[in-house]
Amino acid sequence: MKAAPFRYVRATSLAEAFRLWSHGGPEARLLAGGQSLLASLAFRLSEPSALIDISRVRELAGISQAGEAVRVGAGVTHAELGRNDLVRRHLPLLAEAVPLIAHPAIRNRGTVGGSLAYADPAAELPACAVALEAVVIARSAEAERRIPAARFFTGLYSTALQPDELIAAIEFPIARAGERSTILELARRSGDYAIAGVAARVKIAGSALIDPRFVFFGVGDRPVVAERAMAAIAGKQVLAETVAAAQAALGTELHPTADQHGSPEVRRHHARVLLGRALKRMAGLEEARAA
Amino acid sequence: MSIEVAVTLTVNGERVSRRVEARRHLVDFLRLDLGLMGSHAGCEHGICGACTVRVDGAIVRGCLVLAAALDGAEVETIEGLSDTGEIRDLQEAFVARNAAQCGYCTPGMLLTAADLLETNPRPTREEIREHLAGNYCRCTGYHAIIDAVETVAKARNGRA
Repeated sequence: MKAAPFRYVRATSLAEAFRLWSHGGPEARLLAGGQSLLASLAFRLSEPSALIDISRVRELAGISQAGEAVRVGAGVTHAELGRNDLVRRHLPLLAEAVPLIAHPAIRNRGTVGGSLAYADPAAELPACAVALEAVVIARSAEAERRIPAARFFTGLYSTALQPDELIAAIEFPIARAGERSTILELARRSGDYAIAGVAARVKIAGSALIDPRFVFFGVGDRPVVAERAMAAIAGKQVLAETVAAAQAALGTELHPTADQHGSPEVRRHHARVLLGRALKRMAGLEEARAA
Repeated sequence: MSIEVAVTLTVNGERVSRRVEARRHLVDFLRLDLGLMGSHAGCEHGICGACTVRVDGAIVRGCLVLAAALDGAEVETIEGLSDTGEIRDLQEAFVARNAAQCGYCTPGMLLTAADLLETNPRPTREEIREHLAGNYCRCTGYHAIIDAVETVAKARNGRA
């Protein structure tokens, strides 16, 4: 199908973007990489009056170190994220996640800010942002505010952004010494949205698992922090009993809905299997990579 | 309401200036406005990969890019890559391996395969599969396609 007609304007600075946005009326939408938006327009799921193209806004570009964090501009594409040296050195979870995001042609245009703002519950980057305790930097024409990723996602395709705010950047804390991380997902076709997935990190001291953080995607209306499973892992060693206890705890805190991929119990099963694989992988007890 | 945008871009090395409807995506622009019918519109929502073309050297989904957004861009299509001879070996291998049945996915497959061999000159079969995973072949001739790409990778590395 073809999108309904709309107007198109391009901004090259944030000031210009906010000015065009305020003049565009309530039905105007921002266009970044367009990899989700243009597909939804083709389906006529929405019919905006105007698109304001922010893909060339200079303030949204670039990746830089900001103290103990790496600041990723909202307009950075997935492909740029994956090949950036700061990301590869300091944010191994993100570097590992990039090849799982869609396909090469989509990664060349889709943006980090766009993925977070779209807030698909089965997407990789929202879960990574929550797992890494990133901070979303939201901007309006007047002000900037910092929103912890765990509070940013408020439901299905819903975020804490106000109607006049956009994402300017995301700050990801640099991985600490001794920290391990991984991301695993189950998908019908490589690059599709996950049926179930987990973004995880943990610090390994001696053989003890310290500060585990497991965030599941594709199994709820937003990224799900597996608090009970994390509590079952914290301070323990990677033994069969630890894995089993964490998997049992996880089963009590995930509430996926039934869909074409399976019943809630099937999806909890996928999540439990991924939890076990992620734990073993981070502990260096590699199991076969998730299918 | 039909609102048009003026764009000037380079397509296969030629400078092109047009007024386009804002909602016009790149594949329709190439096919309907420029008459370049090699890039195919399949699903038109980013799933199938039949519309894969290059913008500023990087492959993209032609259905998920607005022509209006491409002012100043360099676009390359299967016609351009065929004319320059850049992918002649891939095209010959696709023919030799019978990797094109109905041919609808072929231009997108070739663009994606060329992208892989540029970034990863010695891919494993698994890496070829992974890179092409975003391109559907509904004749399901995947084995022949992967064989063809693997053949070219080996030939380019002098291991034919």
